Amino acid sequence: MEELIQKLKVQIIEQLNLEDMEPDDIDETDPLFGNGLGLDSIDALELIVLLEKEYGIKIENPKDGQKIFYSIKSMAEFIESHQK
Amino acid sequence: MEQLIIKTYCHIKNNHVYINGQPAFDYPEANSMHDFLKKAFKHFKPGYAKFYKMDDISKLGFLASEVILKDKPNQNCAPEDVGIVISNSQSTLVTDTEFQASIEDDDHFFPSPSVFVYTLPNIMMGEISIRHGFRGENAFYIFENFNANFVADYINQLFLSQKLKACIGGWVDQSSESYEAFIYWADDQKDGIPAIEHSGNEIERLYNLIR
Amino acid sequence: MHMAFFVADNIISPLGFTTADNFFALAKGLTGIDIINDTKIYPETFPAAMIQPRSLNNAFENIPTTTTFTHLEKMLLLSVSDAINKTTIDIKSPKTGIILSTTKGNIDLLAPDQQNKFEKERVQLWRLAQVIAGYFGNPNQPIVISNACISGVLAINVAAMLIHEGKFDHIIVIGGDIVSRFVVSGFMSFMSLSPKACKPFDKERDGLSLGEAASTIILSKDKTGKNNIRYLGGASANDANHISGPSRTGEGSFIAIKKAMEEANVTPHQIDHISAHGTATPYNDEMESIAIDRHQLNKAPVNSLKGSFGHTLGAAGLVETAILLEEMRNNMLLKTVGFSELGVSRKINVVNQTTNHELKTCLKMASGFGGSNAAMVIQKA
Repeated sequence: MEELIQKLKVQIIEQLNLEDMEPDDIDETDPLFGNGLGLDSIDALELIVLLEKEYGIKIENPKDGQKIFYSIKSMAEFIESHQK
Repeated sequence: MEQLIIKTYCHIKNNHVYINGQPAFDYPEANSMHDFLKKAFKHFKPGYAKFYKMDDISKLGFLASEVILKDKPNQNCAPEDVGIVISNSQSTLVTDTEFQASIEDDDHFFPSPSVFVYTLPNIMMGEISIRHGFRGENAFYIFENFNANFVADYINQLFLSQKLKACIGGWVDQSSESYEAFIYWADDQKDGIPAIEHSGNEIERLYNLIR
Repeated sequence: MHMAFFVADNIISPLGFTTADNFFALAKGLTGIDIINDTKIYPETFPAAMIQPRSLNNAFENIPTTTTFTHLEKMLLLSVSDAINKTTIDIKSPKTGIILSTTKGNIDLLAPDQQNKFEKERVQLWRLAQVIAGYFGNPNQPIVISNACISGVLAINVAAMLIHEGKFDHIIVIGGDIVSRFVVSGFMSFMSLSPKACKPFDKERDGLSLGEAASTIILSKDKTGKNNIRYLGGASANDANHISGPSRTGEGSFIAIKKAMEEANVTPHQIDHISAHGTATPYNDEMESIAIDRHQLNKAPVNSLKGSFGHTLGAAGLVETAILLEEMRNNMLLKTVGFSELGVSRKINVVNQTTNHELKTCLKMASGFGGSNAAMVIQKA
């Protein structure tokens, strides 16, 4: 899990062009949207692409994203429970 | 008679930024436009995280507008009175090509929403509008080459019909080989700055100052 | 107030190749949206309104030429030919201008199997405009507007202004966009395409449907024959809020309508009918209902034609204006195909049945990516 969380942090910084941000700057329990990392609706769609491209998990309903993408931790848990 | 006056302008090309025709920043060793724009942005206006999410041509237009708006020539303008009229020849072809590459292969088909949204040239005007709250007239034109007369006439006509009182105008273009931005600010307020008439001839002259 | 008259128009869509044919199909409640099964465009099936290459090529046989044109160019050439033939306007005159409205032009030429069929420049929008203007021997540099989904309405606003200014006596406004792998994949990645034909303003609406079309609207400084509908005013405005999502307060749309009505010198109670953008995405239609409500235009019958043509992007504003003109000429309100129960927060009067209705002054709305909004007011003399 810890390894996956680190990997996700790097991927999110890269994919969402979070300039000047290091993996250690992100707390895995911080909210990704709103007051946390300040991501927006296009970032949410980009995270859906990331899940499919990097982890082979397809999200059909964007509304499901709200829970899954709450934090890095919730994303990691979702990936773990949907892989294999 | 009331008329628009060009107050300030900016050129960005060949890894140089010029304000009112004077060199303001350069980074000749940049190995790409992307690299240069990031460096230049940090020099002028650090700390607007959304900048890094833009595609390169939006970054180019956005940076040029940040440079001319640094001294807030817009502070006395109502948001709905500020127009933006930008033109170029390539539309967003470089970004289009990037998006196209992500959809060519059925087995490797991952279209990116954050790339797709930038495949419209007017998005750069949206970014500038969001940054400064401008809510006036918008139009993005495509010409083979910069058409200063058309841009001047169009903006002047919008001014005469009271649809704007100030405007960002210019040319922001990017191809796979090169890039250039020429952006100016014009308004109708007489405030002591040496006046440059908002006409096709003057815009053409300013555009050609940096070749 | 502007002096520009609407003198001729055309629509090329899956529903027909003239405005009259399209209007007839809409009056019957038909839609051009179908389930498309073409893996060259998208790996899965999707609904869209597409023009069959065979029927386009059949119609194109009437166009005298030996040159090869792209799918979009054929649509545009057919559209201009039909519209110009209804007038006595000299398209070769320096006083006749051409404006092209498009978002992506010949974007299909970027695909690997298309790249060598035409010269490299053909994907450029200015080149596309030159090809069309050149075919007709028009001497002026064509003006291209590429401003997302408001391009068509914006192009009419610009045309009316250039005529008002005296730059041109006539302007041929042409718009076109195609359903390509590029655009379908993009909207799919935005999760904004409905799995079924779209349902503007409806409770069950869940996204847009794409369409392809070309359309031509000719404006002139002089009224000719029985053409008595004129342009009164128009404007554009930016939400300054988000690059893809519409404003929650309808701010840009509200400002565009306000400025358009001011220039037209009309008050809300004079507006007999609104042709909305109505893409059928949850946010767009909600935003438009707010803008309409803020102007107290709640009673004016509103329709959206996206359920009939799909969203035709750079053509949309022109296609929908051509139909609006036909509604005004026939004093008829066309129903919103796909709509059954109001699903926006503000009470607006969405047309759900095609009826006869006296129409004099009408409002056209458009909104698009980049926070862009446009509006115009037109009136029958």
